[in-house]
Amino acid sequence: MTAATLPSTSTPGAPAASVAPRTRSPRQLAVRRFLGRPVAVAGLVVILAFIVIAVAAPLLAPYDPIATSWSAIRKAPSAAHWMGTDENGRDVLSRVIFGARASMLAGVVSVLIAAGIGVPAGLIAGFAGGWTDTILSRIVDAMLACPFLILAIALAAFLGPDLTNAMIAIGVSTAPRFMRVARAATLDAASNEYVEAARALGNPPWRVALRHVLPNIVPPVLVQGTLAIAAAIIAEASLSFLGLGQQPPAPSWGSMLNAAQRFLSQAPWLAIFPGLAIFLVVLSFNLVGDGLRDALDPRRR
Amino acid sequence: MSGSLGARIGQIIPTLLLVSVLVFGLQQLMPGDPALIMAGEERGDPQVLAQIRAELWLDRSLPEQYVHWMDGVLHGNLGYSWRIRQPVSQLIAQKLPVTLQLAVMAFAIAVLIGVPAGIVAAVYRNRFWDYLANAIGLAGLSTPTFWLGIMLILLVSVQLQWLPPSGYVPLFEDWRQSLATTIMPAFVLGNAIAAILMRHTRSAMLTALDQDYVRTARAKGLREWTVVLRHALRNALIPVVTLGALELGTLLSGAVLTEQVFSIPGFGKMIVDAVFNRDYPVVQGVVLVTAFLYVLLNLIADVLYVVINPRLRGA
Amino acid sequence: MSHVLQVAGLKKHFTVTKGFPKPVTTIVRAVDGVDFAVQPAEAFGLVGESGCGKSTVARAALRLIEPDAGSVRFGDTDVLAARGGALRRLRRRMQIVFQDPYSSLNPRRTIGRTLAEPLSVHGIARGRAAREQAGALLAEVGLPETALDRYPHEFSGGQRQRIGIARALALQPELIVADEPVSALDVSVQAQVLLLLRELQSRRGLAFVFVSHDLGVVRWFCARVAVMYLGRIVEQGPVAEVFARPRHPYTRMLRDASPIPDPSQRGVLPRVVGEIPSAAAPPPGCHFHPRCPRATDRCTQEYPAWTDPDGHGFACHHPEPAG
Ligand SMILES: Nc1ncnc2c1ncn2[C@@H]1O[C@H](COP(=O)(O)OP(=O)(O)O)[C@@H](O)[C@H]1O
Ligand code: SF4
Ligand SMILES: [Mg+2]
Repeated sequence: MTAATLPSTSTPGAPAASVAPRTRSPRQLAVRRFLGRPVAVAGLVVILAFIVIAVAAPLLAPYDPIATSWSAIRKAPSAAHWMGTDENGRDVLSRVIFGARASMLAGVVSVLIAAGIGVPAGLIAGFAGGWTDTILSRIVDAMLACPFLILAIALAAFLGPDLTNAMIAIGVSTAPRFMRVARAATLDAASNEYVEAARALGNPPWRVALRHVLPNIVPPVLVQGTLAIAAAIIAEASLSFLGLGQQPPAPSWGSMLNAAQRFLSQAPWLAIFPGLAIFLVVLSFNLVGDGLRDALDPRRR
Repeated sequence: MSGSLGARIGQIIPTLLLVSVLVFGLQQLMPGDPALIMAGEERGDPQVLAQIRAELWLDRSLPEQYVHWMDGVLHGNLGYSWRIRQPVSQLIAQKLPVTLQLAVMAFAIAVLIGVPAGIVAAVYRNRFWDYLANAIGLAGLSTPTFWLGIMLILLVSVQLQWLPPSGYVPLFEDWRQSLATTIMPAFVLGNAIAAILMRHTRSAMLTALDQDYVRTARAKGLREWTVVLRHALRNALIPVVTLGALELGTLLSGAVLTEQVFSIPGFGKMIVDAVFNRDYPVVQGVVLVTAFLYVLLNLIADVLYVVINPRLRGA
Repeated sequence: MSHVLQVAGLKKHFTVTKGFPKPVTTIVRAVDGVDFAVQPAEAFGLVGESGCGKSTVARAALRLIEPDAGSVRFGDTDVLAARGGALRRLRRRMQIVFQDPYSSLNPRRTIGRTLAEPLSVHGIARGRAAREQAGALLAEVGLPETALDRYPHEFSGGQRQRIGIARALALQPELIVADEPVSALDVSVQAQVLLLLRELQSRRGLAFVFVSHDLGVVRWFCARVAVMYLGRIVEQGPVAEVFARPRHPYTRMLRDASPIPDPSQRGVLPRVVGEIPSAAAPPPGCHFHPRCPRATDRCTQEYPAWTDPDGHGFACHHPEPAG
């Protein structure tokens, strides 16, 4: 600035220019950006459809998913059985519909477990810094050094095979990723001057953490959470495929594929439909996750 | 460099120590008494149980057990398989080469697919080929490994009858047969990595293509593809090295499923079998060894990274 | 004379580890022994090139970071010893205005919530009363009350800076530390914001620590000024004195480099020369000697002592002539 441009008279500060007519919060803006991406919206629609299928399974399924029928063993898809029947004469469509329950539940619950452990840990590490951060980060390094599925298999093995333990195993194995995301977001948010301003105003540290820093880590955690549900659904299907998740006769997509393998040449439909269901749900979560990332962080690309 | 390597190793040791605590801690999650499982038929005999407990240090405190176990690990003793009564380290040494062959082939396939796809996507940024590559990549990431394997068996082995659906022939026995039995599993295993590589190559290429020296080359009138291949590709190789190490975990995780689908007697199949046999020392050994491999490979990648990218030296 | 703020022997060193594969740990002496005092209702300037430690002084004085050594007194209170409630009461009396109007307002909060927060933290007002006070604050900084329900992204940089000022005023502080409050703004907007600050200063009797790298702005806004170089104050005194008759060669260099209203003086004197050495490895002796036209052997060995004959002090072995 040159001295010549400095104000030399004592006119009061000029009133501010006019402001835009309509107010939109950052959240509303993000929602609009998300809705502007057709593929992401399509993914969301598919997810909602699968949630409805999972919740209303008893109403939607044409048959009892575990009722065996010796007269209808390994029948190809037909008008009576749209997706055919399996080696015990059970209706594949009904099993796929009920299988949505295990998959959606596992996806959501294990991610809630993972976020429940990882986010507070990341927040604490990012906020406290120093030794707390070092120790937590080393634990995360150690967990991330174990391949995800192998850690989940080991946990599921030691806990015992069933769906609940599979969800715990997947949740615990996923937690370190949430910790990393939350920690990075905390450091990023804490470097903002408005956080310093909040301290300068006399907010106690816990209030600064909860009111000013925590809301900022919501967007990245949301993105990570959506993508992690996709990974968790694949992981649950994998564990069930290996026999470490949902136990028969209760239907799950992974265990259906396990059984299907034995009849690949005689009854390929057994392998096609559960796999397509997994693919569709996982793809949708990935699309929504990518869409959320672009909507919440417009600066990227 | 030697000093920095020392520092890096200094960082790794606490990580590995924590891994060992984690792996040791797994045991504590187990319901029931390990001695009962080991005793098998003789579980009714209190004398046998007491003997097993003493042998496994199960009658000592946890820290004592850990120190005893760690002492073994540091001497290359990962314990004994409860089922086969063989040293775990020996079992792993037998199975690891099979999985490594699979992993190396898978990574090669992933590089062959992912890197060119990433380059094409970057060059045709926001145009048809870019969208196509991204769509295929996303589909690849969303396909469960084991389902892709099953579908390939259905198509290639059942319908077309080109390749055997399962089994494994070691490389040094009959390399043709070995390739025939591993090419399909390797493709399945490489699929997810290819998608990840594609994404990273694309963004590394986009950055490289924006650099001044690339612009200069272009301004000098070099053909676009000459510019890309000669000037930008080098930078695109950097993520390949880093990712190769980072995605080892993905490869090993995928190998568990792939080996199960294709009945390949590798590392992954071993851990699944061990889980069903409640052969816990094997499970622990596998986790420990994979974690160690992961840390080691990342160390190598860090060093390579600096070699490839001299600008980082002394930074 | 009693001081509002008195800083003595302030030090803050940062340990920085960076570099791969060979991490190098360096100690940055961001602030290395700083003394100054601010009188009630006085505008005190702190100038120096970027990186010389101005922001660190500002933050340490408000105890937004913990200094390594030294003392900070606010009125009769020891700022560095205050805890809990005492610290909170202190925070009411001293506030900060930041440089970056984009990162200094929480993007998720309406302006109304941002302005009401200090009031609720200190139990001054809540709900409707807080909203009324917030509206009055906005009016005081020249913004319409309708701004209360809007979000920061709807405002320009200058408007945001006014909001930041309103937030600092909410607690009716006695002292405002303004860390480069106009540096991020367009030149035309700078003038408006400076006018606002000066008006507030006279109306409310506020004391200011006004941090800037811009001599012109400091000359216009401040009564007294301290010039910082690599973590230390090298010259201090009344603004008119210091800039008209700088005793320290660094001050002179800064002054000669900055545009001067008097055209006859322009273009005759050398520009700022040389690179700013790093605070991580300050040169021995007088930190300024590598760039100093008056430097002698003595300057390379011995840090000059502080001399203050008449309220215009400096640290130099061979000061510019007083005349
Ligand atoms: N949190 C920090 N960690 C490490 N170094 C810092 C930190 N804050 C400031 N510094 C360093 O301290 C020196 C002074 O910084 P600062 O006070 O911001 O200077 P100024 O405000 O005068 O530009 C700089 O070299 C800066 O890099
Ligand atoms: S002490 Fe010497 S080097 Fe430092 S400013 Fe004075 S004359 Fe220059
Ligand atoms: Mg600054």
